[in-house]
Amino acid sequence: MIEASGLARTFTTKRGDVEAVRGVDLDVAAGEIVGFLGPNGAGKSTTLRMLTTLLAPTAGRARVAGHDLRGDPAGVRRRIGYVAQGGGTDPGVPVAEELDLQARLYGVAGRAGRVAGLLERFGLTDLAGRPAGALSGGQRRRLDLALGLVHAPPLVFLDEPTAGLDPQSRSDLWEHVRGLREREGTTVFLTTHYLEEADALCDRVLIIDRGRIVAAGSPAELKRRVAGDVLVLEPAGPGGPEAVLDKTRAALAGLPQVREAVVAAGGVRLSVEDGDRAVAAVVRALDGAGVELASLRLSRPTLDDVFLTVTGRSLRDAA
Amino acid sequence: MSQIVHDTFLIFQRCLRQTLRSKVAVVFGAVQPLLYLLLFGPLLMRVSGAQGFGAGSGGSGGAAWRVFVPGVLVQLVLFGAGFAGFGLIADLRSGVVERLRVTPVSRVALLLGRVLRDAVVLGVQAVMLLAAGLALGLRAPVAGIAVGLALVTGLAVAIAAVSYVLALATRSEDAFAPLLSSVTLPLMLLAGILLPMGMAPGWLDAVSRCTPLRYVVDAARAAFAGDVASAAVAEGAAVTAVLVAGSVALGVRRFRRENA
Repeated sequence: MIEASGLARTFTTKRGDVEAVRGVDLDVAAGEIVGFLGPNGAGKSTTLRMLTTLLAPTAGRARVAGHDLRGDPAGVRRRIGYVAQGGGTDPGVPVAEELDLQARLYGVAGRAGRVAGLLERFGLTDLAGRPAGALSGGQRRRLDLALGLVHAPPLVFLDEPTAGLDPQSRSDLWEHVRGLREREGTTVFLTTHYLEEADALCDRVLIIDRGRIVAAGSPAELKRRVAGDVLVLEPAGPGGPEAVLDKTRAALAGLPQVREAVVAAGGVRLSVEDGDRAVAAVVRALDGAGVELASLRLSRPTLDDVFLTVTGRSLRDAA
Repeated sequence: MSQIVHDTFLIFQRCLRQTLRSKVAVVFGAVQPLLYLLLFGPLLMRVSGAQGFGAGSGGSGGAAWRVFVPGVLVQLVLFGAGFAGFGLIADLRSGVVERLRVTPVSRVALLLGRVLRDAVVLGVQAVMLLAAGLALGLRAPVAGIAVGLALVTGLAVAIAAVSYVLALATRSEDAFAPLLSSVTLPLMLLAGILLPMGMAPGWLDAVSRCTPLRYVVDAARAAFAGDVASAAVAEGAAVTAVLVAGSVALGVRRFRRENA
């Protein structure tokens, strides 16, 4: 759906050239949900603006939705939807009117039905006559999404789709994005600087930093690359805590899954290879040794850990 | 081509609805020139015996209105169309321009639709002013008034297009507003809008002839005076046509360019 190679954009400013994007290669298959994760200023939006024909690349080439970006921008435009970071509605224009104009601009057949369907789907039917400026943040975001989908494009670009939304509106929007793929098989390419969002939505995450893709893979793959999972357990049982700890140590010593064990306040921290499988082995071993468990918790590395490993900076600090 | 016409109409409709949502603004847009007409016009009638007001001056003051009203119409257009860029900056800020640019809409239509709206709105305001002028004592041949209106509407197209180009270049009200006033005020003064340039000393008259609006104002005055077939009208029409062609070409180029 997207093939790009060496996509680059340099901005000329008074203080010299700024390389916002320095050679990005992309390969997105139909039906994928791919996320661009990176701090502000990493080049996410610039790349998106190039892929959506809003900005001419200074170097590189791309085919988007089957059309060449440079050779046939109009062809690209007809086949993609784009929802900008800040949306694109006039605060004075009623919801239904915005959708109707958008449908006319794309030459959508059966316009009235399509608009009514989108209003229904995005829970905007009762707000159809309301000016966009009177909507709540979540409602306006749903309208933005509906506007980008009016022509049922096979590929949709979402720039920071949930930035500034409250948690409930965010998960609501995530449902809509997932629904896009499930219902129409739409390919979704989104940018985000929220780790949870990339984690919750994306099949594949591309981490971008300072204009370059520095890591790519499924969220699980990326996290696995960083370090194993961490298992925190609190052993209990007859005898004093010392005796329990000794028993625990003995029971875990033979387990190949356990890389490292540290006694920390409130329990034992185990670094394990594959958390899901390790849990069962650990529980079985402890059970066999007569150690009871007061608690057991599996925690996984976050995409923030990934970002930290790849770039040497925390995403929160970089933003 | 039909795509351009279709898209232009859609954008025109959207912009016109936008304007009609604030009918108050349409009325108030014409208030300033109306005030000139009401509060400055009568003063002018007193001094209209002075040179430069053409034949039939003095007495009824009819000739003076024929000089003054075309000037006020050009003033209306200069400021009204000049301010058009503010609307575009608002649309840039809200993201509407970008949203439209991602659709297959013709880039040319994004400009023409807006400019047409401005021409229609200013045409209506000009008619309102003319009605006020007639009520105050303006008497002019219908053909002359029609020619004057046509010239002024053409000028509106040209000025609005330039205003959009400047708005896209500055992209913020803070930069656009001072730029606008530093351009419009000298243009207005040098066009001889308040008093005909026939009264000006030689050097001022010469400078005035280097500015385009001078010719449009002179043409409209000649038309109101009944000299529809005069050289002044031909000159004014030619200048207006060149302004329209040049500014629209410039605007189209700017709207086609990336990142516009």
